[in-house]
Amino acid sequence: MQEWANQLCENRQFGSKMTDSKYFTTTKKGEIFELKAELNSDKKEKKKEAVKKVIASMTVGKDVSALFPDVVNCMQTDNLELKKLVYLYLMNYAKSQPDMAIMAVNTFVKDCEDPNPLIRALAVRTMGCIRVDKITEYLCEPLRKCLKDEDPYVRKTAAVCVAKLHDINAQLVEDQGFLDTLKDLISDSNPMVVANAVAALSEIAESHPNSNLLDLNPQTINKLLTALNECTEWGQIFILDCLANYTPRDDRESQSICERVTPRLSHANSAVVLSAVKVLMKFMEMLPKDLDYYGTLLKKLAPPLVTLLSAEPELQYVALRNINLIVQRRPEILKHEMKVFFVKYNDPIYVKLEKLDIMIRLASQANIAQVLAELKEYATEVDVDFVRKAVRAIGRCAIKVEQSAERCVSTLLDLIQTKVNYVVQEAIVVIKDIFRKYPNKYESVIATLCENLDSLDEPEARAAMIWIVGEYAERIDNADELLESFLEGFHDESTQVQLQLLTAIVKLFLKKPTETQELVQQVLSLATQDSDNPDLRDRGYIYWRLLSTDPVAAKEVVLAEKPLISEETDLIEPTLLEELICHIGTLASVYHKPPSAFVEGSRGVQHKRLPGSAGSGESVDSPDPASAAGVTEAPPAVIPSQGDLLGDLLNLDLTPPTATGPPPAPSSGMQLGAMDLLGGGLDSLLGGDIGGSAAMGAGFGAAPAAMPASFNAPVSGGLDDLFDLGGSVGMPMGAYSPPKTVWLPAMKAKGLEISGTFARRAGVIQMEMTLTNKAMSVMTDFAIQFNRNSFGLAPAGPLQVLTPLSPNQSIEVSLPLSTVGPVMKMEPLTNLQVAVKNNIDVFYFSCQYPISMLFVEDGKMERQVFLATWKDIPNDNESQFQIKDCHLNSDAASNKLQGSNVFTIAKRTVEGQDMLYQSTKLTNGIWVLAELRVQAGNPNYTVSLKCRAPEVSQCVFQSYEAMLKN
Amino acid sequence: MTCLYLRAHSSAGASSVSRQSCHIDTELYSWHSHLDLAAEMIHSLFLINHSGDIFLEKHWKSVIGRSVCDYFFEVKEKAVDPENVPPVLQTPHHYLISIYRGKLFFLSVIQTEVPPLFVIEFLHRVADTIQDYFGECSENVIKDNVVTVYELLEEMLDNGFPLATESNVLKEMIRPPTILRTVVNTLTGGSNVGDTLPTGQLSNIPWRRAGVKYTNNEAYFDVIEEIDAILDKSGTTVCAEIQGVIEACVRLTGMPDLTLSFMNPRLLDDVSFHPCVRFKRWESERVLSFIPPDGNFTLMNYHVSSQNLVAIPVWVKQSISFFESGPSGRLDITIGPKQTMGKTVENLKVTIHMPKTVVSANLTATQGNYTFDLATKVVVWDIGKLNPQKLPNLRGSLSTQTGAPKPDDNPSLNIDLKIQQLAISGLKVSRLDMYGEKYKPFKGVKYLTKAGKFQVRT
Repeated sequence: MQEWANQLCENRQFGSKMTDSKYFTTTKKGEIFELKAELNSDKKEKKKEAVKKVIASMTVGKDVSALFPDVVNCMQTDNLELKKLVYLYLMNYAKSQPDMAIMAVNTFVKDCEDPNPLIRALAVRTMGCIRVDKITEYLCEPLRKCLKDEDPYVRKTAAVCVAKLHDINAQLVEDQGFLDTLKDLISDSNPMVVANAVAALSEIAESHPNSNLLDLNPQTINKLLTALNECTEWGQIFILDCLANYTPRDDRESQSICERVTPRLSHANSAVVLSAVKVLMKFMEMLPKDLDYYGTLLKKLAPPLVTLLSAEPELQYVALRNINLIVQRRPEILKHEMKVFFVKYNDPIYVKLEKLDIMIRLASQANIAQVLAELKEYATEVDVDFVRKAVRAIGRCAIKVEQSAERCVSTLLDLIQTKVNYVVQEAIVVIKDIFRKYPNKYESVIATLCENLDSLDEPEARAAMIWIVGEYAERIDNADELLESFLEGFHDESTQVQLQLLTAIVKLFLKKPTETQELVQQVLSLATQDSDNPDLRDRGYIYWRLLSTDPVAAKEVVLAEKPLISEETDLIEPTLLEELICHIGTLASVYHKPPSAFVEGSRGVQHKRLPGSAGSGESVDSPDPASAAGVTEAPPAVIPSQGDLLGDLLNLDLTPPTATGPPPAPSSGMQLGAMDLLGGGLDSLLGGDIGGSAAMGAGFGAAPAAMPASFNAPVSGGLDDLFDLGGSVGMPMGAYSPPKTVWLPAMKAKGLEISGTFARRAGVIQMEMTLTNKAMSVMTDFAIQFNRNSFGLAPAGPLQVLTPLSPNQSIEVSLPLSTVGPVMKMEPLTNLQVAVKNNIDVFYFSCQYPISMLFVEDGKMERQVFLATWKDIPNDNESQFQIKDCHLNSDAASNKLQGSNVFTIAKRTVEGQDMLYQSTKLTNGIWVLAELRVQAGNPNYTVSLKCRAPEVSQCVFQSYEAMLKN
Repeated sequence: MTCLYLRAHSSAGASSVSRQSCHIDTELYSWHSHLDLAAEMIHSLFLINHSGDIFLEKHWKSVIGRSVCDYFFEVKEKAVDPENVPPVLQTPHHYLISIYRGKLFFLSVIQTEVPPLFVIEFLHRVADTIQDYFGECSENVIKDNVVTVYELLEEMLDNGFPLATESNVLKEMIRPPTILRTVVNTLTGGSNVGDTLPTGQLSNIPWRRAGVKYTNNEAYFDVIEEIDAILDKSGTTVCAEIQGVIEACVRLTGMPDLTLSFMNPRLLDDVSFHPCVRFKRWESERVLSFIPPDGNFTLMNYHVSSQNLVAIPVWVKQSISFFESGPSGRLDITIGPKQTMGKTVENLKVTIHMPKTVVSANLTATQGNYTFDLATKVVVWDIGKLNPQKLPNLRGSLSTQTGAPKPDDNPSLNIDLKIQQLAISGLKVSRLDMYGEKYKPFKGVKYLTKAGKFQVRT
């Protein structure tokens, strides 16, 4: 340090006398000693110079605490500059020299009585900064006087001092009654005093979350709003942040506060602007949407937000993080401002990435052409991270704006042609997602993708490519070669790629069993024997087990239809978003994490919620408990902060190893490779081994839920436990099944009578039929076929009538159905046309299946997804039905429905009425959301259904009725 | 006139093209934090120079060790370009909020939830104050005035609450150094610290001190507009907007009450004012009514958004191409006037960020000089005044590294220019009236248009 100072001095060309750098020139040897002498000099000027030297050393982090007594001796002076310098020193070192610090107390106490308000304020301010317990007790009396000082400058300084003292000794502050004095200052005549009192109270309140320190009522609010206009910019921030905690009584009060806060949007200080935006965003929740003022306010919010983006890049960054929240909550505010988010060449990278994110959020059919042109431009920039994100963004556009998908795909293909390695890899990852969103539309590009196989060196891109090859194996002639080429270095691949490769090869095998038996055997043995990754092994065993027991079932499981990926993939979960909107402008809003993530548990953070709207229909539509008026129940539990949903949604098959249970113990049955793969001799081994592996849940949770009964049958106990671990794949009991009815009367079918019904057992749809021979001759050679139907129902195997059916004999047949058959919309929706053949003729009949057969086991929506989806589905899609004469209570109803895979996600009770929020997923991935209202003692239920495909609502309602009444 | 709020444009040369960029994702450091229960705003401030030395530290509370900055240095290392260091960082026990101004980092340490914009605004205000006091904000100047800077910091913040950030209030408490005063103080033992309460501090007009007296009363306003624009390859405007600022220099005796009115105030899409401006009058009459601070200040910022038609003063015809084979490329740029409202375009400069593989440029300029910086791969063509009769042209060949493939990234052009006596938005001040005082002041308005972030894609 000293060398640096000397050098600095030498380097200076002109007289260093004029500047403070001269204070660095003392030599190291005896430096402290010299300073000591100077500090004790009789000459005032010399003293001051010496203190300056000490301060200069302090500013560069040098330890000059040894001079404490000498510096304190200089304190009693009438020279204000010297006094200030000594105070500066004291604040820095008092903590390390508490006994010495006591020496200063007398001077402080004296200075608090000084006729000059500047000195009184300075003394009280400095005293509060000396964090030494012994001093605090001496501070109380001077502080009390200063809080009531005639000069507002002293009062405002004293207000802050209360907060300082509270930080050192909270009990003392309470005992001395300082908090009450502080509260009185909110009514002070001077706006600066008010602002500082608010700031101090807010700070104290933060450490006492349950205290009622800032008792906000219309009177105090009015005082704050008055002070808001007159205090400094910083004071305005304190007041606005405090206002944001207030909940107006009604929409009129809300509007009047908004009106008085709006002028702050024109402040030059961006922090004031953002705090004002927070207040307005929160309070406008209470305004009826049809109010003129509501529209006016929306319009007023856009220009200041745009202006924030022309500020310094650091301010832009914080503004952009907040705008990201605002556009999720109220996209209409900035929907016309796309251009301001266009990325400029010399924006810092952190600004570029944020702008890109918002561009995607604002992308719509109206502006998509512009956005795509920009994204394409960005994809040729220099910065690799930015380019990657731009390529991803193109994919997100395709998924978000359906009309643009084709253009996006062709843009991505253009980019792949550039052969820039990381661009190609990103493009392939997003194209996989596009396939997931629009199946059977863009597969023609697969050939181009395959050309780039060799250049892929990132796990995510490799995994995506492998997924594509496996998924579309039937269209890729050399799929087996491609996959085999990956297999060579199997053990060097990342887990993600290994898992994907395993699945892809199994898919390939199921599609082209003849040529690929060897390949599948190879991958299964690599995964199960040569790997020590429990997830990989477990998945390998599952596939092996499936393939060996029942290839048909395997097909259903592995090739089951995947749910479409959702449109907006990385939305913040609505409750968190609401909370973050209340925290606009804070660190929480920058990190998009709830404030509770910032503080340790002891602190106790109150979760802020947006106020409900008055008089609008929103509270009725919304299943969100907090936004409904008049609900008095405990605040909902906070949903733990979650990471990027994107990854999870897109990579159902790529689930990273989350649960890492102990690997299964090696057993003697491990030499599997020698066994015939399809021979099915594995039961005993699997029954014991897999059941013990806790990691199974993670690996398996990703697999489709449709689990054929035939799979369940031979392996009992062990696997049931296993499925429970998987969580979503529970084994429902008591699913509703209607009684059998006659589908084909004997007179129409030359003596064959068929009656039947449908049931869903263990995740498989069963068509249960009784065939009766009412003719005179024996019937043989039964076969069954379905016409195309709405949900792609098709027999999963042949009709098993093994023995000939003698006259007057009946036989019970259970036909498992799959949902991967050809699809055609039927009228009515659940109509099924069936052809049955026997040795006599072919007969046709049609029947209707209850739609509840199609409710899948993993139809339980995450609570937050439910909320988002419910809000997202337009109200036009909502239909309401009455169920009459139902005498179950809500719990019984819920249980009953659960048996048929209608899952209750939340329940709340309002004025004796139970509201159940339920979700159901159909085999083709359509979600049906329901709100079931049950009033105690009233046999009439109300069901409101929301679904993106409203045509199923009627059927679902009929099922509801049937399920509940049986 | 110095512009306090002039945005920190990275000058073309400074933003070198090194893009091993940082991850904003600060998950780098585990999320769970052990925040101190103590609540205060800004805990400490570190000033850090370009090469990463801490040369000043100020703690408003207990002393925090310098090691806290190590997290920052780690990120700074990754970011390569100092401009790319994210402004908000999380460490296990603190948050670090920083700004980058004048090749210095102002790094503040935060321990509790605090509005980051508040901190960033404050840090910029510190930099502004240093600039205002000492003429520039640089390491040398701060070191030369370290005690004054320290006193200023103490005056600006108390326990994390901003105390006095208005320049004129500060100047009454701590006098800015002048050579004369330094000499006088040295001789007489006088002090730089005011010993009376600043008069503006608690009045309803904290920005103005009482008892101002001038022999020459004058009020000058500079309307300065910057065009931010992106033009595409063909010269079509992708987006363009105007950031305007009215800088004032007012030296008037007493308590003048001014009213500034515009010919066409409705041009402005968004405005933000100095606290002295009466917002209600603007809302109702679209005039600026205010009691001005004494001296230089920013009266108003405004914004003309891209939804309006923004005039683009020059056109650029350019072609930069690289050949698939052979280690070379060609460059040909011509610039001409477009919508200049009859004014002359001056200080015209084109900055071209070349791909990394370019090693030399052999160009000929019909006007002005060009330089090629091998380290940053930036070509700067300094043209000067634009002559509409003889359009400047720069052309020639570029050499790329032998064996390097054709560059993937397109070069980007940035244009700098100035047009005197023109506000390109068309904004015009119609009159300035003074009330409350009897003398007749000198009045003046100047207009200036500059290029802000003016980018041409290739």
